[in-house]
Amino acid sequence: MNNTVISVHNLVKKFGSFVANDNLNFEVFAGEIFGFLGANGAGKTTAIRILSGLSKPTSGEVNVAGFDAYRQTELIKKNIGYMCQKFSLYEDLTVKENIILYGGIYGMNKSLIKKRLDELLAKLQFQDYENRMISDLPLGLRQKLAFSVAVLHEPKIVFLDEPTGGVDPITRRQFWEMIYETASRGITVFVTTHYMDEAEYCDRISIMSEGKIVALDTPERLKKQYNATSVEDVFIKIARPN
Amino acid sequence: MRTIFYLIRKEFIQIFRNKFISKAIFAVPIVQMLILVPAVTFELKNVKIAIIDKDMTPESRGLINKLEGSTFFKVSFSTFSDSEANNLLHRNKYSMILQIPSGFGKDIGTGKQGKLLATIDAVNASSSQLTWAYLNGVILDYNIDIIKNNIKINPIVPLPRIQTTNRYWYNEMLNYKYYMLPGILVILVTAIGFLLAGLNMVREKEIGTIEQINVTPVRKYHFIIAKMVPFLIIGLIDLALGLVIGKLAFNIPFEGSILLMFLGSSIFLIAVLGLALFISTFSGTQQQYMFVAFFCMIIFILMSGIFTPYESMPMWAQDFNMINPVAYLMRINRMVMLKGSTIHDISRELYSLVFIAVCFSTLAVRRYRKTA
Amino acid sequence: MKRFLGFVKKEFLHIFRDYRTLFILFGIPAAQILIFGYAVSTDIKNAGVAFLDLSHDEVTQKLTDKIISSGFFKKTETLLNYNDIDKVFKKGKTKAVIIFEQDFGKNLVSEGKANLSVIADGSEPNTATLVTNYTTAIVNDFVTEFSSPALNKSIVISPEVKMLYNPNLKSHFMFVPGVITLILILICALMTSVTITREKEFGTMEVLLVSPLRPIQIILGKVMPYFILSFINVLLILALSWFVFGLPVKGSLALLLAECMLYILMSLTLGILISTVSENMQQAIFISLIGLMLPTVLLSGFIFPIENMPKVYDYVSSVLPPRYFIVIIKNIMIKGTGFMYIWKETFILIIMTLVFTGLSVRKFKIRLE
Repeated sequence: MNNTVISVHNLVKKFGSFVANDNLNFEVFAGEIFGFLGANGAGKTTAIRILSGLSKPTSGEVNVAGFDAYRQTELIKKNIGYMCQKFSLYEDLTVKENIILYGGIYGMNKSLIKKRLDELLAKLQFQDYENRMISDLPLGLRQKLAFSVAVLHEPKIVFLDEPTGGVDPITRRQFWEMIYETASRGITVFVTTHYMDEAEYCDRISIMSEGKIVALDTPERLKKQYNATSVEDVFIKIARPN
Repeated sequence: MRTIFYLIRKEFIQIFRNKFISKAIFAVPIVQMLILVPAVTFELKNVKIAIIDKDMTPESRGLINKLEGSTFFKVSFSTFSDSEANNLLHRNKYSMILQIPSGFGKDIGTGKQGKLLATIDAVNASSSQLTWAYLNGVILDYNIDIIKNNIKINPIVPLPRIQTTNRYWYNEMLNYKYYMLPGILVILVTAIGFLLAGLNMVREKEIGTIEQINVTPVRKYHFIIAKMVPFLIIGLIDLALGLVIGKLAFNIPFEGSILLMFLGSSIFLIAVLGLALFISTFSGTQQQYMFVAFFCMIIFILMSGIFTPYESMPMWAQDFNMINPVAYLMRINRMVMLKGSTIHDISRELYSLVFIAVCFSTLAVRRYRKTA
Repeated sequence: MKRFLGFVKKEFLHIFRDYRTLFILFGIPAAQILIFGYAVSTDIKNAGVAFLDLSHDEVTQKLTDKIISSGFFKKTETLLNYNDIDKVFKKGKTKAVIIFEQDFGKNLVSEGKANLSVIADGSEPNTATLVTNYTTAIVNDFVTEFSSPALNKSIVISPEVKMLYNPNLKSHFMFVPGVITLILILICALMTSVTITREKEFGTMEVLLVSPLRPIQIILGKVMPYFILSFINVLLILALSWFVFGLPVKGSLALLLAECMLYILMSLTLGILISTVSENMQQAIFISLIGLMLPTVLLSGFIFPIENMPKVYDYVSSVLPPRYFIVIIKNIMIKGTGFMYIWKETFILIIMTLVFTGLSVRKFKIRLE
């Protein structure tokens, strides 16, 4: 059970003199849904970019999927999936074309790609739309599709950066069902969000504020610790200690 | 390796899904070649001249007839006013005013030299020099006519003459189109490839889709190659189209090996695209890239010898041209097309192009960062 | 009004913060002027010439020396027979081969006539023409020196020439106006079309349109900084040409600047028009740059006089604004004429500006619906 897939010790990331990540310490275990919470500008995106190999730490030890984040970023990338905050899929390509592209990039052969494509379309009830352009799809569908593509190659870990931004509550719920289903397959899910209610869905969460981790535990234990009814409450209590 | 194939496929899909670009990359070169090539010529003809004949003698009229008969000049009269003549030049109506002063005929008859004054609009220095040279040619001819007809202007001994015969090889009629077509074609192919490839790369940066690529195991050189290949192919197609037009519409000769031309052009395109992608790594927005690209393009094109031979350029310019891929291709294309130069003849150019192509492409790959 | 000024200020800051682009904006004309002034020239220097001397006498030697020492030519090779000519041309360094017939000197002295052939590489017609012209001139000179006493009797007509407006025959008299014309239209059309299309592409145009600013104010605001930048560019170019080449403005500076402002305005409206037909920046850039560049350089009379082109190009070039502006600017800068000589061209430019504006407004209105 305690199979560590991500381990972070004293991670510091500076941009010039600005410290975006100030001595972060945490571990993530295989198969869990780990929520990375915090207000905008707290440093979440910086951290997730380091974990996914998009940026190098200033100092500290970072290991993702068993690989070192300084010297083995390409190996990390082979073993993870990532869903960007802005755009994950090419707008001027169709659903099918995007999937073929990413499948091919991750080294899947043609028949495997076809199989996963069909599965994905069935799951989303999207069979008639494989030749639709991404730009023609509504946002919620795009996000779900992006997530599916991120895990297309069954990576060890998938990083989701604010995946449910701007989406209606029903779609959000459906999205989280997809996340559960993915985690149950053994894929670790590392998700950042500023929706505090989504924190309840996670196995463990950490709360960042001004570059530091100010809380790290399961939602239940945190609520007890801070005598709060919701994670949102916990957050407020941490942010404004009276 | 297979990743490159998937990436190239994506690039092609994206390019051809863009309704405007997919048509423009082929249509614009065709249209521009058809329109521009016939227009470009340094040849002078129908130079408009006005004559002020204050003499009105057979001699002056003889000269005027001679000028009228020449293909270079188109003569029309003005009468006696000098200021009106200058006015005509100001108004861009004529390129030259020829004044024949009174006494011209008399002077010739009495063995003195007849004087003439040509006032030439010299804003375009080279045209004016050519005009002056042609005028002198006509006058020299007329000179000989007078001597032949008037034996009383006793030439003692026939003047020794060196008869110069001029012949032009590879382009007997000195058809400027043969010279300019490869030049225009190279410019178009360069501009399209250089601009679009770089814009394409920067656009992915601007929109953010490049992050999604950076987070995959795609290698840097995979990505760069995939950005180059589609434009390489498009560039070569444009080249082929241009040559077909050259042959069909303008009957351009093609003396040398087509394969050699495509080889040279391919290496050239790799060099140019490599540079474009290298520059794009410095640009954050498409607008920024556009300016830098424009700047580089203009310099490379102007210095490449499109209009003028680069041997006449000062040494520093020739040194610069050692890294100017456009200069090399200009020479290669002209030499192979018009003179049938072989691979030996252009080996120096080819090696230089290969070197430049390797340098720029390597720079592009190295500068590109998947991890910031 | 205050909102409008605020908007203009934002656009300005946007541009001025981008040091690199600014640098290039002013660097392009500077570079062009320097290149045209110093590097590109229509004269020949060090043109490679090979000699095939079938005579090998004193006269051919003297004439060869004269040709080589003229400064226009550089001796590349001495050929031994006719078959080498093709090979030497293919190598590319030799532009012309001069062939002295057998017994050249003897023929000249005894029969008063000798034959010289110049075979020029016609694949570079411009060079070829210059080479043959210069060679002929040198040969004629040689004949004059060779036989001076009889000569005076044989020159019957002596023409004098006055090269008006450009007595020293500087080639940049033609290039500088051309550079101004080219740069202004390209940069203005490019900049405006891109900046407006950018808002379209990133969806921020809608944001602007629902703001209290009226559409005309948005357009004006976007365009105004470029107007000022281009104007500064003109001043920069004029100053550069004055300091580097000593190229003065013969006519009225005020008139020149006024005409420049008109041309800039016209180019900006052209850019706006381009932006109304472009869906994204790539398209705008393609049309503004690739669509305009070569036609402006080649068809406007900048380098190739329109009179030399086939008749139909008179009509083709009549839709190109640069054609008219070149005339205007050459007249004011180099010929020093007044407004009366260029009123027609000015009028046409005004009409074009109005047409572009009208078309843009119509397209914009259609889009809003």
